[in-house]
Amino acid sequence: MNAPPSTRAVIATLLGKDLRVELRTLQSVPAMVLFSTTIYVIFRFGLDRTELAGPLAAGVLLVTILFAALLAINRLFVAEREQGGFEAIRLAPVDGTALFFAKAAALVVYLVALEVVALPVFWLFFLDSGEGLLPLLPVLLLLDVAFAVTGALISPIATNSTARDLIGPLILLPLLVPPMIAASAAGQRVLAAAGPDYDRYGTWLGILGLYDLIFLLIGWAVFDFLLED
Amino acid sequence: MNLSLRVLAVATAVLIGVGFALVFFYVPNEADQGFIQKIFYLHVPLAVIALGGFVLAGIHAIRHLRTGDPVHDARAYVSIHTSVIFGVAVLITGAIWAKASWGRWWVWDEPTLVSFLIVFLLYATYYPLRYAIPDRERQGRYASVFAITAGAFVPLNFMAVRAAESLVHPRTFATADGGLTGKMWLTFLVCFAGMAALWWTLVRFELTAKRTSGQISRLRRALDGTAPAGGVAARIAPGATR
Repeated sequence: MNAPPSTRAVIATLLGKDLRVELRTLQSVPAMVLFSTTIYVIFRFGLDRTELAGPLAAGVLLVTILFAALLAINRLFVAEREQGGFEAIRLAPVDGTALFFAKAAALVVYLVALEVVALPVFWLFFLDSGEGLLPLLPVLLLLDVAFAVTGALISPIATNSTARDLIGPLILLPLLVPPMIAASAAGQRVLAAAGPDYDRYGTWLGILGLYDLIFLLIGWAVFDFLLED
Repeated sequence: MNLSLRVLAVATAVLIGVGFALVFFYVPNEADQGFIQKIFYLHVPLAVIALGGFVLAGIHAIRHLRTGDPVHDARAYVSIHTSVIFGVAVLITGAIWAKASWGRWWVWDEPTLVSFLIVFLLYATYYPLRYAIPDRERQGRYASVFAITAGAFVPLNFMAVRAAESLVHPRTFATADGGLTGKMWLTFLVCFAGMAALWWTLVRFELTAKRTSGQISRLRRALDGTAPAGGVAARIAPGATR
């Protein structure tokens, strides 16, 4: 008898599987990139501005990433549902929570891949100087983790309901208000027209980190109940 | 069961009656805001109890996931249901207060009210969530996961909204512990007890109603000769049970 694999090994396997599938099918990330570029264009005309700084810059960038994240979150568990992945993880002698961590990690990878393209495009389209972008990176990373952990927790609920595309965003948007508040508050100051301003930068990073930690713990505690049948 | 519900209902009516009498005839007008400040005795207890109800629902949900007993799921459902109704009242009384104090129906610099709106929007999605999951057992489990997540979200959300506002805008009116005199405290506590009793009565009433209609349909099915099904939980989302 072999011992069941460690949770870490299961997470690595599941994450590797998801990334391989994404690389072969290119289902999520290219769509997110295209989507966010189009949203920039819509904001350009919706706000009637060709240059952005401060709160408007942070708002346009973060809302665009949020919407792009919703696209990926909606699709996150579709393959599990349609091709029996939920049953497979239930039958396997492994901790089901590994699926939560793997999916959250996959989402972070997708979002970072999106930002690798979407951030330079944002700079090119709207910004005078890119000096605010560097201090924005930790904010974006913590925000990505917030999207990822809440997304990986809510997405299976939405995927297993009859109103899939509706339920996910409906629950996620209010849940994501606090990290959006913190990220916009930090982002609008580092993207200020007069150059980056670090007023309460640490506080906002702290709030983002706390949010990430709490939702990671909640996901860890309750995710198993989403798999039972 | 019925008797104690009746006692509870009478106690609620008495407490709310006494509370309102105190508000109108006993407690003095607040110096700055005058008569309109008295909406405080309605608005604040409603808000505190609605939030308490949401957190209580989270605790019922934890017990539901631990024991698998659908009774706890029914309690979580009814708690959220009653608190959402209270939430509508909180937002309306808050808007009236804002209109009277600042001349506008909605102000974004009042962090408590804004936080409450976000929490309300989140809990409003509880219904579409439940009704979108046909399998009743899974519906209960998913709803409990939602209730736990949302219950933990409540304090976090208040913290984030408060952090976004507090250092920029001084708070316009202090909350309960600020400038309240003894008479105001007494009135507030009676009103608070009245609203808490109202919440409890409504929860008990709805649970009793669901249990009774569950029993009726069980009896009806027994008469028809088909298998009995469900208890309280069968009545949560009737549309989804068929």
